[in-house]
Amino acid sequence: MASYEQCLGIVKEALGPFVPPGKAIGTEIDLVGDLGLSSLQVLEIVTDIEDSLDISLPLNELPNVNTVEQLARLLESASGGEAA
Amino acid sequence: MSLLGKFQAFADLRDELLSHGTLPFGVVTEKILSPTEGIVHGRKTILAGTNNYLGLTFDADAVKAGQRALAEEGTGTTGSRMANGTYAGHLALEKEIAEFFNRRHALVFTTGFSATMGMVCALAGRDDVLLIDADCHASIYDGCRLSGAEILRFRHNDVADLEKRLRRLGERAANTLVVTEGLYSMLGDQAPLEAMVEVKDRYGACLLLDEAHSMGVFGNRGRGLAEALDVEDEVDFVVGTFSKSLGSIGGFCVSNRPELELSRFAARSYIFTASPTPSIVASTRVTLQRVAEGQELRAQLWENSRRLYAGLTEAGFRLGPEPGPVVAVFVDCQETAIAWWHDLLENGVYVNLVMPPATPSTSCLLRCSISAAHTPEQVGHIVDRFAALLAEPQATGAAVTKAG
Repeated sequence: MASYEQCLGIVKEALGPFVPPGKAIGTEIDLVGDLGLSSLQVLEIVTDIEDSLDISLPLNELPNVNTVEQLARLLESASGGEAA
Repeated sequence: MSLLGKFQAFADLRDELLSHGTLPFGVVTEKILSPTEGIVHGRKTILAGTNNYLGLTFDADAVKAGQRALAEEGTGTTGSRMANGTYAGHLALEKEIAEFFNRRHALVFTTGFSATMGMVCALAGRDDVLLIDADCHASIYDGCRLSGAEILRFRHNDVADLEKRLRRLGERAANTLVVTEGLYSMLGDQAPLEAMVEVKDRYGACLLLDEAHSMGVFGNRGRGLAEALDVEDEVDFVVGTFSKSLGSIGGFCVSNRPELELSRFAARSYIFTASPTPSIVASTRVTLQRVAEGQELRAQLWENSRRLYAGLTEAGFRLGPEPGPVVAVFVDCQETAIAWWHDLLENGVYVNLVMPPATPSTSCLLRCSISAAHTPEQVGHIVDRFAALLAEPQATGAAVTKAG
């Protein structure tokens, strides 16, 4: 079970390589719109994050995820933490 | 965005592609000459992107059988398998495809896409889990979406990742359908089936294997990668297509599980579409026999495949991970890939241009598929035309990584 803060930290760390230097990763950052990630890149990042928490995220849930916060909330829920 | 506004992105892409000349997607073969040659842009062209692995599209007996069925049974069935669209030929083909695979049951669909999509969503429902290889075909992804099941991916051909995800499922692993392909159509790499079946058996999951590109290509009898690796008994369901090695069109699923027969009532793409035309069924029955007896064709196919793979490697191209009938050339720069594709076509070689997101990476692919019917001279010409690309002035950007 992971808290929202822990999940947020994991998401920020995973997104680090994709963020322009000097730019902060706010919770409202849009993975596609702001960071310019392709759907394939998002899936690759999610796969890495899944291993960090030893969980599997259903693809069915991903269409509802746009922002850093939404991804962290989904992770929290999937890891057995509080539901988003 | 308006209802139709989303099409602007396609219009932009099409305009960009047209700025290079011909649109690479939907090239017109003005006249087909043989399994390996056609007239494109008024020029005789070697076809090296057709999936016609055994070169059976002009098999004289298959053509005759098709002509006879066309004359005797008409141009179409005009109905679904579930209504008026099941003729004696459909049942005969199902019996023969079941015998070919040594399975008790077979279902014939109108296309390979509808077979795969239909079986995935017929087998898995709301309370089940679909665990699919990340590089699976669009028909598998679409079947997943329609199924209502929970959809999970494992890393491409990564047995440890598959095992990890089955472990995470706990008791739900027993309600899981694992989906993988034999030969992957884009990079031409093969699934590690022996390790995969061991893992899925240990967790009590079912396996559906798509042998679309591997049927006719692997195995003494051409049954696919599962036959070649001697794991057929551990594969629960096999789906495939008639539109590649068998040279016609249509799809199938075979299994020893009695539930496959009941899938006739559950697979929507079987129920709600017209059945294959009698001429297609008749031709397919002939080419199925050719595949079963096709040891020499397979030997020729593999010889041609290895020759092409070795030639392109020697020329300095970065290719898919292993030799086989699909030889994918990585081109990192999109502009170069498009320019090279045109250059090849203008010099009488047609290959498939594949661009992300249809590729499994951020690179473009110049995808070749080789046939048993290609002559050594044709394979040599394909290699020569590719090698000439590296000798010519290149477009800007990183074009290709030299093979290490």
